[in-house]
Amino acid sequence: MSRALPPLLLGLMLLAIWETACRSLQVPAYFLPPPSAVAMSLVERAPLLAGSALQTFRMALQALLAATLIGGGLALAVSMNRPAERAVRPLAVALQVTPVVAIAPLVVIWSGLDHPDRAVVALAAAVAFFPVFSGVLTGLKSADPDLERLFDLYGAPPLQRLWRLRAPSALPFALEGVRVAAGLAVIGAVVAEFVSGSGATQGLAWRLLEAGNRLRTADMLAALACLMVMGLALNAGIALLERLCRARLA
Amino acid sequence: MRYPGRSPLGPIDLVVDPGEIVALVGPSGAGKSTALRLLAGLERPTEGVATSADPRHVAFVFQAPTLMPWADALANVALPLELSGASREEARRRASAALAAVGLGDRAGARPRQLSGGMAMRVSLARALVTEPDLLLLDEPFAALDSVTRRRLIEDLHRLWAARAPRPAIVFVTHGVEEAVYLAARSVVLDGATGRAASEHDHPGPLPRPPGWRADPAFRGAVERLADALAEAMPPAGVAA
Repeated sequence: MSRALPPLLLGLMLLAIWETACRSLQVPAYFLPPPSAVAMSLVERAPLLAGSALQTFRMALQALLAATLIGGGLALAVSMNRPAERAVRPLAVALQVTPVVAIAPLVVIWSGLDHPDRAVVALAAAVAFFPVFSGVLTGLKSADPDLERLFDLYGAPPLQRLWRLRAPSALPFALEGVRVAAGLAVIGAVVAEFVSGSGATQGLAWRLLEAGNRLRTADMLAALACLMVMGLALNAGIALLERLCRARLA
Repeated sequence: MRYPGRSPLGPIDLVVDPGEIVALVGPSGAGKSTALRLLAGLERPTEGVATSADPRHVAFVFQAPTLMPWADALANVALPLELSGASREEARRRASAALAAVGLGDRAGARPRQLSGGMAMRVSLARALVTEPDLLLLDEPFAALDSVTRRRLIEDLHRLWAARAPRPAIVFVTHGVEEAVYLAARSVVLDGATGRAASEHDHPGPLPRPPGWRADPAFRGAVERLADALAEAMPPAGVAA
C-alpha cells in the first residue's frame, strides 16, 4: 500500500490546486470545470458512461486478441524461415508507421458503413499488431546460443526446438509486446471511433465527441477519466499476468 | 578412435584414445574452444575435415551451466534423452540416476536459479553424462567456480569417469595449468599465433589421483614443465592478443 501512497497523494494535491484555481479565478465552466463538477458528471452519467466504457473495452479487447493471435502467429511462422522474415518485416514496419487516423476512413468503408464497430476493432488491431509481432519474433531468437548448440548436438527436430527452447525463451518478450499492444488497442479504438464519426458504436470516444459538440466540458473530462482508468486497469492486468509467467519461467 | 580436427588457424591433428583424458591448453584466441566445437560437430571447418565419433555418442559441457531456467534439474538432465526419442518415463528414470550420480538426487525438482554455481555445473555434467557418451567435451567447465568447488568437481569428474565401463574419452579446454596436469593424462598446447599444436605433454601419476597428489614432486614438476611450454606458446610480448 505504501507504494501506491505517493502517486495518490500527488493526484489529490493536483486536484486540490485545480479546484482552488477554478474557484478563485472564476474560470468559466465550459473552459475548465473544477474537479468537483467532473465528479458530479461522473456520478450523474454513471450508467451511460459505464455502458460506453464497456463497449470501448470490449472492442479494444477484441482488437488485442486479434492482434495477439495474428501478430504472434505470423511471427512464429516467419521465424522458421529467414527469407519469409525478410519479406514480411518491412511490411509490418510500414503498417506500424502509417498513422491510424490516415487509414481509418478506408477501413470504415471496407468494413461497411453499417458496421462501424468492425472498423473500430480492425483499426485497433492494426495498431496493436506490431508490438506483438516484433516482441514474439525477437523473443523467438533470444534463446541462449549455447542452448541452441545443445539442441543442434542432440539433433532436435524443429518442432521440439520451438516448443522446448524458443517458445519458453520468447514468452517474456511476447508478454511485454502484448502489454504495449493493450495500450495501443485502446488508443486505436478511440481514434477509430472518432473517425467513423457516427454514434453507432456508443463507445467512450462518442461520449467525448457528443459532450464536446455541446460544450459540456465536465462531461468530456468525465469520459476522459473513464478512458484513463480503463487503460490503467488493462495495463495492470497484463503486468500481473507477466509477473505470474516470469515467476513460472525463471 | 581418431579425432583429428582443424581449427581456423590449425591444422591440429588430435588423436584421442578411448577412455583417455586430454587437456587442450593455450593462450586466449589460440582456437581451443573452436577445436572443441569442431570435435563436437557444432561448427564446420573452413577447410579440411573434422571427423569424430558418432555425434550421438558425443556430449558437450559449456563454460556456463547453460540450463533451461524454466525447467527443473530433472527436466534439464532428461532433455538429451527426450530429444533423441526416449520415452518420457525412461528419460526421467535415467535422468534421476544421473542426478544421483553427481550428488544431486535430492534436488531434482529445483530450478536452476535455486542452485549454486557448483550445483548448476553438476546438473550440466549430469545432462552430458546421461546419454552415456563415448566422448565428453568440456569447454572451460570450471572457470567460473571458486577454487574449492572447482577441486570438488574435478574429483567428481574423475570418479564418474572411472565408474563407467568402458570409460569415456574426455577432452577439455582450460587455461589452468594445474587443472590440466591434475585432471588429464596428457595436455596438448596450442600455439597462440598459429593455432597449431605446439607441444604435447604426458602427465605422471595414476588416474583418478591419489589423495595429496597436488603436493607430490612429480605433479609439481609436471606443472612447471607445462607452464613453461604454455609461456613459449604465448604471442610475443607487446603484441595485443
